[in-house]
Amino acid sequence: MSVLVIAEHDNQTIKPATLNTIAAAQKIGGDVHVLVAGKGVSGAASQAAAAAGVAKVLVADSDALGDQLAENLASQILAIAGAYSHILAPSTSVGKNVMPRVAAKLDVAQLSDIIGVESADTFQRPIYAGNVIATVQSSDAVKVITVRTTAFDPVAATGGSAAVENLAAAGDSGKSAFVSRELAKSDRPELTAAGTIVSGGRGIGSAENFSILNPLADKLGAAIGASRAAVDAGYAPNDWQVGQTGKIVAPQLYVAVGISGAIQHLAGMKDSKVIVAVNKDPEAPIFGVADYGLVGDLFEVVPQIVAKL
Amino acid sequence: MKILVPVKRVVDYNVKVRCKSDGTGVDIANVKMSMNPFDEIAVEEATRLKEAGVATEIIAVSCGVAQCQETLRTALAIGADRGILVETDAELQPLAVAKILKALVEKEGANLVIMGKQAIDDDCNQTGQMLAALADMPQGTFASKVVVEGGKALVTREVDGGLETVSLNLPAVVTTDLRLNEPRYVTLPNIMKAKKKPIDTIKPEDLGVDVSPRIKMLKVSDPPSRSAGITVPDVDTLIDKLKNEAKVI
Repeated sequence: MSVLVIAEHDNQTIKPATLNTIAAAQKIGGDVHVLVAGKGVSGAASQAAAAAGVAKVLVADSDALGDQLAENLASQILAIAGAYSHILAPSTSVGKNVMPRVAAKLDVAQLSDIIGVESADTFQRPIYAGNVIATVQSSDAVKVITVRTTAFDPVAATGGSAAVENLAAAGDSGKSAFVSRELAKSDRPELTAAGTIVSGGRGIGSAENFSILNPLADKLGAAIGASRAAVDAGYAPNDWQVGQTGKIVAPQLYVAVGISGAIQHLAGMKDSKVIVAVNKDPEAPIFGVADYGLVGDLFEVVPQIVAKL
Repeated sequence: MKILVPVKRVVDYNVKVRCKSDGTGVDIANVKMSMNPFDEIAVEEATRLKEAGVATEIIAVSCGVAQCQETLRTALAIGADRGILVETDAELQPLAVAKILKALVEKEGANLVIMGKQAIDDDCNQTGQMLAALADMPQGTFASKVVVEGGKALVTREVDGGLETVSLNLPAVVTTDLRLNEPRYVTLPNIMKAKKKPIDTIKPEDLGVDVSPRIKMLKVSDPPSRSAGITVPDVDTLIDKLKNEAKVI
């Protein structure tokens, strides 16, 4: 039995989510192989080969794979799927985009966003915005799975010495084409991998006011997140959104500032180790999950915290 | 151009569901049901494409129990022209729904399918991608902007780290993200008009689709609950607690 992990990368380097996914693959058992499909991926491939617990790295390098288009990436995965009992990818925007396509072509169901492995065919996954944990068993021959990365500790990025094998790369489907990409530039840690997150909600009041979180995030070395209300109001960019339909995070420390705590937001952060809430409404539901709550005006409290850190 | 819009009847997003005490499932008896919020965005987008003269007909589809008819009526009140109810009491999983939708896309000759990126009950985020795979169509998932022109759909997608734009040859599948649009309120006159719009009812068997589930739910449980926190009186206490008690800073 072998397990295939689809690496998340930007063509140059492996993203940390890959290491969490390898950890989930190890819990299933069997040899773990990693597929690095992209364009000019030799650097990413050697990083994958160095990850602990990887038996083999498969490399597919072509122009058609450079932008991770679901149509082309799915064909590449399907070309080698026959050799595997399980195919895993992290629940990132790439993994969520491509894996159901792979599953449907194999005529199997997909298990989304697993948070636990009970056995080779039984897994745990959250449903209803994380309010219910379902234990599910798949009867399909191949298990196609996306992994909630925050639920698995990453394997070590070094120490492994997997063999690297080149594959014939899949061609272009001709049905879709990449046009452009606008990535937000940020010097802060990546939201899903950050150890500390400072998050703002509607209580912040405006896009300008959101900068009140910057000094706090700087002092804590934190990433900045936002609630859906703040994103919808245009205070913060979309990819900062934490919640059921945004990013799922589980940092050591999550500081919720001016966030009321709707269930859709809690779904994205309630597995954080320590939650701090700053809100002027003592009845806000966020205080129901916060380890430490401070009732007060964020415009007074946040600068005070910064001054005293 | 015909647009197919699948809509799902789910527990209303404001309801906090609970597990049944025997762990066999989620207690959804007597809770408020509504259209999945992402599907409302899909119906709205299809309606805007029709208002812009791009689409000629919008067909709303829902799969499930007889009450899904109410969800279809909501779609018709927003702007869909007619509905199809694929009625079954069986538990439907994304692969089965994707197969049903593939059969309908072929039967109706739809050029574009717009649907929600995920349903807020099973949180799967699969059906659109599966439909695209089965029907061999390109996919534009997590769309925050859709432009249809010259036989192509230009879709701006919300991805980790920002936005990306892809060009898809039609026919194609687009799944909606939250920022695509703000669905309109359904007005009373439109609700009345929606009652006169046709809804066809068919069975999965009529489409030759086997809907038997592949994934078995063994049990459900509550997530681990967090221990009760404390309210601190001031910033000094907060920082002291974080440094010395929680040891996170």
